[in-house]
Amino acid sequence: MPPSIQALTHTYFRHNKRFPHVWCPGCGNGIVMGALLRAITRLELEKDEVVLASGIGCSGRMPTYLDFNTLHTTHGRALTFATGIKLANPALDVVAIMGDGDATAIGGNHLIHAARRNLNLTAIIINNSIYGMTGGQYSPTTPFGSTTTTSVYGHIEHAFSIAELAVTAGASFVARSTVYHAALADQLIEQAMMKPGFAVVEIISNCHVQYGRRNKLGNAVDMLNAFKEQAVTVKKGSTMEEDELRDKITIGVLADRDLPVSTDEYKRIREQARSKREGK
Amino acid sequence: MTEAKRKRCLLQGNEAIVQGALAARCRFFAGYPITPASEIAEQLSVQLPAVNGTFIQMEDEIASIGAVIGASLAGVKGMTATSGPGFSLMQENLGFACAAEVPCVIVNVMRGGPSTGLPTSPAQGDVQMARWGTHGDHPVIVLAVSSVLDCFTITVKAFNLAERYRVPVIILSDEVVAHTRESVELPLNSEVKVVDRIAPAMPPDWYKPYQEDARGVPPMASFGDGYRHHVTGLVHDQDGFPTQNPQEVEKFHLRLSMKITKGLSDIQLTRKFHMDDAELFVVAYGSVARSAMRAVEDARKAGIKAGLLQLITLFPFPRRILTPYLQQCHSVLVPELNLGQISREVQRVNQGQCAVVKLNRVDGRLITPHEIYNRLVKLSAG
Ligand code: SF4
Repeated sequence: MPPSIQALTHTYFRHNKRFPHVWCPGCGNGIVMGALLRAITRLELEKDEVVLASGIGCSGRMPTYLDFNTLHTTHGRALTFATGIKLANPALDVVAIMGDGDATAIGGNHLIHAARRNLNLTAIIINNSIYGMTGGQYSPTTPFGSTTTTSVYGHIEHAFSIAELAVTAGASFVARSTVYHAALADQLIEQAMMKPGFAVVEIISNCHVQYGRRNKLGNAVDMLNAFKEQAVTVKKGSTMEEDELRDKITIGVLADRDLPVSTDEYKRIREQARSKREGK
Repeated sequence: MTEAKRKRCLLQGNEAIVQGALAARCRFFAGYPITPASEIAEQLSVQLPAVNGTFIQMEDEIASIGAVIGASLAGVKGMTATSGPGFSLMQENLGFACAAEVPCVIVNVMRGGPSTGLPTSPAQGDVQMARWGTHGDHPVIVLAVSSVLDCFTITVKAFNLAERYRVPVIILSDEVVAHTRESVELPLNSEVKVVDRIAPAMPPDWYKPYQEDARGVPPMASFGDGYRHHVTGLVHDQDGFPTQNPQEVEKFHLRLSMKITKGLSDIQLTRKFHMDDAELFVVAYGSVARSAMRAVEDARKAGIKAGLLQLITLFPFPRRILTPYLQQCHSVLVPELNLGQISREVQRVNQGQCAVVKLNRVDGRLITPHEIYNRLVKLSAG
């Protein structure tokens, strides 16, 4: 039995002065937060062992509400701060929580290098295809042709796939879910946090207020139902043609590979440096 | 006894910064290669792992300072080193460190600017950027080094100030200081006074990460040591959570300023040469201070009552130290490798009391002792 929402709330929320939260009713961010907490519960992590670092944006406020070591960094830089924290204290479980604009526009360089560097970190990227907090401007994942406050004539750039970018950049573990598939989301986050090396979980989420409304996608429930329709598992996707996959969302584990983890490799460097110094 | 074991060594300024950082117990460095600061990263990549520290080369300067702040929040003293263009990139996160009160040290080995400018030439063009580069209104601590020995002692001092006041501290070096080799005798690690941040003593439930106290510098818990708290670059209340309450916002700003104002006598460092009976004097910093020192000695030999006030702390600008000399002397000469970034501060403090004369060079060359000497002769002739 998964822990009840009430149990999670009582265990992990900061009750004092942190509410009401800033999110719109029905926003997918809450579902992602629930998934993260269920994963942490199942992993039986101590609160003191967990650090949540976020960037700026709607998703960036998530750590504020949760009783861990929490950090709300500058826009796009969550992974850089997380890198310093992890290297300074490798015993900590460090999770970076970012939005699509945060992680892949201003923070795109950090994302690909974090993947290549392969420290033992987890990145959760909430992808709602828009800049929500700043008023609905297009992001690197806004679909071609959609309407946003900065693409009222229809978006003329092409979106990229965050998860596939992370696979190519060399992350040890890459997975994707949607907020409709909440149970899958927490399994994937759990797997990501257990995985030695850099792990990315992309969660497709609804911003019905900024994105959905402008593109006539209905309310939060309508958008969740659309995710259900669009989702295909990695396994099923592998049998489908490129054309058929165009409007689909592939969910599941996209990459899971064992690569040397630089957080561990650094121990070897220290030993080498020490013996070199003592040898002098 | 310890004296006997001290070693004399031939070091570059950049190398002495490395030794100073290690002596101050810096155990984390993140950086991105840039001339003329690269030797700092290179040497720390060798030396940090040997003392259980960490070196990491990041993808850019923005990431570098981000990682340093992260390491500091996890309880490890961190530093980054860069030059002008990289320093520009660091400004946003520098502001974060100011707002969230995260101790760290940023070395900017200045080179000619603007933009990529003159990568291998000395300049002092980043003085006002160090003061005002990041947005918002907040105090900063900026120190300038002029010799290899300075690079060691001022780096130690920078870490100590960062820890004592919970602020980022900027060290301005320049290409000449960075790459000049000098023979120096460095103190042993055991002789170096090292300040560490104050950890909270109360039970975790009582801990308020930004609580106002008489000193204005709240104790600092590290991630992972049981004091779970929230850190943000947003204006926050004393619990560390975002606030827009006007009273709390104002309190936040005033405390950031107040903690520095209270420490002025500890923070504002200068050196005085022949200042007691000076009738005219030079205000200089960085490599130019070396030329100025020689010029003042030559002037004294020629019977001119000249003095040198060398600024080590550029900001907060040491107004109170300068003022009496502005009253005592008829002229002050401010030589700089820019078009007048500190002379502007001197003018501001001077309020018309004595003549403030600039001597500037922006051609990528040093100001020589002779140039300064000639000006002193002219000024003394009235
Ligand atoms: S603006 Fe969009 S992403 Fe932000 S809280 Fe509202 S629904 Fe969620």
